[in-house]
Amino acid sequence: MGIYQDIQKRTLIIDGAMGTMIQRHTLTEEDFRKDRFPDHPSPLKGNNDLLCITRPDIITDIHYAYLCAGADIIETNTFNAQRISMDDYGLTDCIEEVNVAAVKCAQAAVERYYNEHGSEQKKYIAGAVGPTSKTASLSPKVEDPSYRAVTFDDLVHAYEEQITAMLQTGVDAILIETIFDTLNAKAAFFAAQQCMSRLGKTAITHQNPDGDIALMASGTITDAAGRTLSGQTASAFAISLSHIPLFSIGLNCALGADQLITYVKELESISNCFISAYPNAGLPNALGQYDQGANEMAEKVKPYLTGKHVQILGGCCGTTPDHIAAIAQLAHQLQSIKA
Amino acid sequence: MKKEAKLILSGLEPLIITSESNFVNVGERTNVTGSKIFLRCIQEQRWEDAIAIAREQVENGAQIIDVNMDEAMLDGVENMRKFLNLMAAEPDIAKIPVMVDSSKWEIIEAGLQCLQGKGVVNSISLKEGESDFIQKAKLIQQYGAAVIIMAFDEQGQADSLERRIEICQRAYRILTEKVGFPKNDIIFDPNIFPIGTGMEEHRNNAVHFFQATKWIKENLPGALVSGGVSNVSFSFRGNNTVREAIHSVFLYHAIQHGMDMGIVNPSQLVVYDNIEPNLLVHVEDLVLNRREDATERLLALAEEIKPTQQKATEVIDRSTIPLEDRLIDALIKGVGTHIPTDIQEAITVYSHPLEIIEGPLMKGMNIIGEYFGSGKMFLPQVVKSARVMKQAVAILEPLLLQNTTTGEKVVKKKILLATVKGDVHDIGKNIVGVVLACNGYEVVDMGVMVPNEKIVEKAQEIQADVIGLSGLITPSLEIMSDMAKLLQEKGMTTPLLIGGATTSRVHTAVKIDPHYDHCVLYVRDAGTAAQAVSQLFQTDQTPVITEIKKEYEKVRAQYTQHQNQNPLLNLPDARAKKPNYAAQINIPKELGRHTLDFDLATLSTYIDWTPFFQTWQLAGPYPAILQDEIVGEQAAQLFEDAQKMLANIQQNHLLKAKGVWSLFPVFKQEDDIVLKDNPKLRFHTLRQQIEKRNDPHQYALADFISSEDPASPDYMGTFAVTAGIGLEEMIVPFQKDGDDYQEILAKALADRLAEAAAEYLHEQIRKKHWGYASQESLSTEEMIKEQYQGIRPAPGYPACPDHLEKNTIWQILQPDETIGVHLTESLAMTPTASVCGYYFSHPEAHYFGITKIKEDQLIDFAQRKNISIAEAQRWLGHLMV
Repeated sequence: MGIYQDIQKRTLIIDGAMGTMIQRHTLTEEDFRKDRFPDHPSPLKGNNDLLCITRPDIITDIHYAYLCAGADIIETNTFNAQRISMDDYGLTDCIEEVNVAAVKCAQAAVERYYNEHGSEQKKYIAGAVGPTSKTASLSPKVEDPSYRAVTFDDLVHAYEEQITAMLQTGVDAILIETIFDTLNAKAAFFAAQQCMSRLGKTAITHQNPDGDIALMASGTITDAAGRTLSGQTASAFAISLSHIPLFSIGLNCALGADQLITYVKELESISNCFISAYPNAGLPNALGQYDQGANEMAEKVKPYLTGKHVQILGGCCGTTPDHIAAIAQLAHQLQSIKA
Repeated sequence: MKKEAKLILSGLEPLIITSESNFVNVGERTNVTGSKIFLRCIQEQRWEDAIAIAREQVENGAQIIDVNMDEAMLDGVENMRKFLNLMAAEPDIAKIPVMVDSSKWEIIEAGLQCLQGKGVVNSISLKEGESDFIQKAKLIQQYGAAVIIMAFDEQGQADSLERRIEICQRAYRILTEKVGFPKNDIIFDPNIFPIGTGMEEHRNNAVHFFQATKWIKENLPGALVSGGVSNVSFSFRGNNTVREAIHSVFLYHAIQHGMDMGIVNPSQLVVYDNIEPNLLVHVEDLVLNRREDATERLLALAEEIKPTQQKATEVIDRSTIPLEDRLIDALIKGVGTHIPTDIQEAITVYSHPLEIIEGPLMKGMNIIGEYFGSGKMFLPQVVKSARVMKQAVAILEPLLLQNTTTGEKVVKKKILLATVKGDVHDIGKNIVGVVLACNGYEVVDMGVMVPNEKIVEKAQEIQADVIGLSGLITPSLEIMSDMAKLLQEKGMTTPLLIGGATTSRVHTAVKIDPHYDHCVLYVRDAGTAAQAVSQLFQTDQTPVITEIKKEYEKVRAQYTQHQNQNPLLNLPDARAKKPNYAAQINIPKELGRHTLDFDLATLSTYIDWTPFFQTWQLAGPYPAILQDEIVGEQAAQLFEDAQKMLANIQQNHLLKAKGVWSLFPVFKQEDDIVLKDNPKLRFHTLRQQIEKRNDPHQYALADFISSEDPASPDYMGTFAVTAGIGLEEMIVPFQKDGDDYQEILAKALADRLAEAAAEYLHEQIRKKHWGYASQESLSTEEMIKEQYQGIRPAPGYPACPDHLEKNTIWQILQPDETIGVHLTESLAMTPTASVCGYYFSHPEAHYFGITKIKEDQLIDFAQRKNISIAEAQRWLGHLMV
């Protein structure tokens, strides 16, 4: 019994925002340093992925809260844990360490959940892989549109390091998420496939339901015209990743459930794998905060379920265990009506 | 992929080729082996010209664009990478998939690493053996591209039907069985070779291609067939008529046999049905190898047919277009080149110059107004059109004055616009003026810093139908309420429009509307201005105005209700909730006041372009906006014009940018920050009183100062920068020509440069002068997102909405003398392209919004500042709305 069998039976719920939950703890610079980085020359506060090393208690608690809320898949706290993003903090010598620690936090949370709630319902860990802080198909220099701050090879190397650590420590899925430049994602999957073939692991697909790792892609539509930051339409995005043995493809972030559904349907019409969506809790207000409450959001994602547009559903920015609980409950109710 | 498709590719947009699709054209001009012009562009590194060739391909209907850099003297890898990256920045080109064309693997791989979409590799073959072939195919699959396989193996190129079949079958088996390559991503090129060469073994070259194509389509499921067509007519070089006929005939039959796509120059094709019948027979004899003597007969015929003249580029004879259409077209396109001659012609045709204005010119402007209203045109275009209109009117004006006795002038509705006293910002107001003029109103613009009394006088004098007020800084809000009171006092009934960055519907409803019995209307932007004004001029406006009044009453009621729902904290309670940050004192490397001149070239790399587009009502983040489906084209055009002007500004030193800054020791007393060396000088910071859901703290800027002890002080700084020196002179010629577009562009650029100067100076402060972040290294993008330690809040903005503190900054920096920046009575800065503010370095320092304060803080502030409560009200009243 694995994720492929589970998803045939029910909508899988993916967890909500990590950053929003971390913000609830008023953390200081000290929390990010602890004994591990006491003398690091630049400030580390805000580098949330480091908390996997310095405050694993907090990260494990957040994972656990999401599991209790009904999440079937939890994402490791590793959105920026590759050397391109970490280089912004002058931290490139602890990539493996952060990723290993992050997977262990997630594993500890799952174990605690099994101990306290039984292990009938299997929980899955997805290694979260973010877009990095640089884009491979856009130039940051106004005067030189042919310039690139990062190359495909740079990205492949950075991603290989991160994904190898995740796979070796033990994850069920690799989730390349918040894809705003598909070329970055192509490099990430290129790296993921290299790592998997080195470690003798295969991808879980319709053709290979008993494979080892679910490869998941989640893009981000950044504008009202329905394009990614790098200018692709949702269908062009899906086509550009059609060579990957994907378990699921979907969209997350930037938009609320209301706005996102059009593009989720566009993906659905062109993709063969499972479809995922984890929208934000609405659009941010003038202060950049998300106002959509748990029940309100559950109401907004209802058409995703009733229209059977997605098989994996959850939340991104501004969502909390309350939101996930409301969504999980809704999914459960609709499931039992069907049954 | 779900769809029943033969082949699916993508650029920025999908290309889905189904069995119903027509033959797919691959653009071939961006190929150094096929186009001498393109080769020269690359050799001479004329990239703009090279990109223009690519664009032309797409415009001419290419669905995939082939790029080839295989030339012995070129660095193929570098040029492939550079050209593909440049194409990626052109959304109108990047929308289609790319075919990476090379015989060198390293060039192909470099190309694949630049492609966001799913492209095509052209090509690989079994030439170097099976293991090499498998390795490359596997990599292509991992990069995510389709592949063209040449019919070539270890023994050489396939030149017979049997060899073509043998090689294609073998390659297909390897790809599908050993590599696991998707069948639909396999494209065969079974070699198109020349015919009519006179050699016996070439007679069946076309026929074998057709037969091989048919065999592939029948026996290798999923695979597609492609080829380079122009090869087939190679021996007829120099006779385009014959060559074009051969291409068409060849394609016609190849498609019948199942050829899916090909590299074709569409301009080298004639329509099959349009081929002269005698020529057609001769060509088909050759292509299909129907007669022994086909080559000789076609050559003989070719002698008779003179090569057709190169079709002259069609020059449109303007004189054949009706005058009215020419004028309207010039307005809509915003091109003034022919306006002088066309208007001169119009003067001879129309009996009165006014008829020209009210006839074709107004007709054009109305169409533009309509297009703008319905979203078919964008603001930058409208402003350009207005420029052409002004140009035309300027020619007619002297004649109008001579002829005032004859003809009756249609009375246009008059709109009086002004930026209120103490405020100097006018970009938005100018745009509104242009848009209203385009909608057929007469706009009288009184400029900036106009006192209310003057506005009323002028309104009475010209009998204005509408008065429009604009303001950007918060004190202007109070002045607008005063204006409503003044209009009421004078017993006027003229509708009052309110606009500008700090104004809002709520503010208008709560603070302005109640003071005036007649119409007050908030206008969000230029687009809504025209609409708002037009509803005021409906024949019966009473119900409209009653409706507006009622709506504002509703807004007020909602507002009051909302107010009561969100009570503010009392000041002592708010202060009790201040954050207690760990002390961190960064001692600056350089103290005291310093001035500097900025290098404009450096500043231009620090520009944040997103707000520039907002000025023009083009919404969307830069650079994505340049590719936006709806406004992208306009944004790109605007950006190009801005780049040109920026280059001109730099080359000719049209603008100067200067700055002054100071870092100094301070300590805090309650919410005040006191200068250690001159305790009379202090910044009175305001504290948040709004309770927040997610944050337990109430902030004031003083929280970011670590010391309360003058003996061991903390440090902060202030700065003022300007990029507006020379702007007035620079825009004189634009104003003389009535060129609003260039004028607004210049002002908007100066604003951006001033912001860039603030960004650049802040970086220098952090890294060098203060030096607390000497290791920082951020991209422009990261800087715009403010991913650095420390903040530079500006008086008048959310964290310190009080403009009065500028007086204190002025005492410290003396910007009047040091950099030539002055304060108006409302404390706006002139030149307007200026920025001033504070520096804080504490790691916890962040931006926040005061939003609203209670009366207790207003009174406290007045006491701290030693000003009357009424005076404090004038400056902070908007926070108590």
